Amino acid sequence: MAVNPNQTLDCSGLACPMPIIKTKKAVDGLKVGEVLKMIATDPGSVSDVNAWTQKTGHQLLEHEEEGGKFVFYIKKTK
Amino acid sequence: MAEETKKRLAIIAAHGSLDAAYPPLILATAAAALDMEVAIFFTFYGLEILKKGRADKLQVAPIANPAMPVSIPNIVGMLPGMTSMATSMMNGWMRKANVAKLSELIEMAMEMDVRLIACQMTMDVMGIKKEDLLDNLEIGGAATFLEYASHDAITLTF
Repeated sequence: MAVNPNQTLDCSGLACPMPIIKTKKAVDGLKVGEVLKMIATDPGSVSDVNAWTQKTGHQLLEHEEEGGKFVFYIKKTK
Repeated sequence: MAEETKKRLAIIAAHGSLDAAYPPLILATAAAALDMEVAIFFTFYGLEILKKGRADKLQVAPIANPAMPVSIPNIVGMLPGMTSMATSMMNGWMRKANVAKLSELIEMAMEMDVRLIACQMTMDVMGIKKEDLLDNLEIGGAATFLEYASHDAITLTF
């Protein structure tokens, strides 16, 4: 993974809507340009993180799945 | 996103059972996370959700509820204790799926500046006092909610 996250947020085990709420809070705490690595196990998070970045304008750099976990790299854009 | 371009969500919560209390709070907190402006108008039985210490004690009735995953015949559902049983079952499923408790969702909603509006008329009808409800709520009538919703809000009713 080329992206070096500034912060990691583990939302494993959490159900909707907690992963995006925690993601929002974490991204709010970042500086513009910084990257959050978010890990979730909720399969709905794949669609939800996409929707969240589309709506908020932050950038989903990369998304991967490893061993039943969904990993997202989100860049704060503003 | 600039304040003036924020999308608005206006939710009506009119029911006070465990299953009915979840959707408005889940959608409200999710919308707040999506940078939307959100208000929930709690009216009629929806006010139960806002009573102090009540959120995590709401119940779901198996009677006349054919959608329960474990189907319970109405004639059994009417027996004493069946509502508590169905409620513990549902709370168990929620815990297993790691769904936040209702009290946690309310707390989250407040933290994210979701406007929680308690219906004044319902309070009068049901004899609910301001002190019976959680602190830091707004109290208002239909006009308060409608004025908010009239600014291009998406409206959802539960």
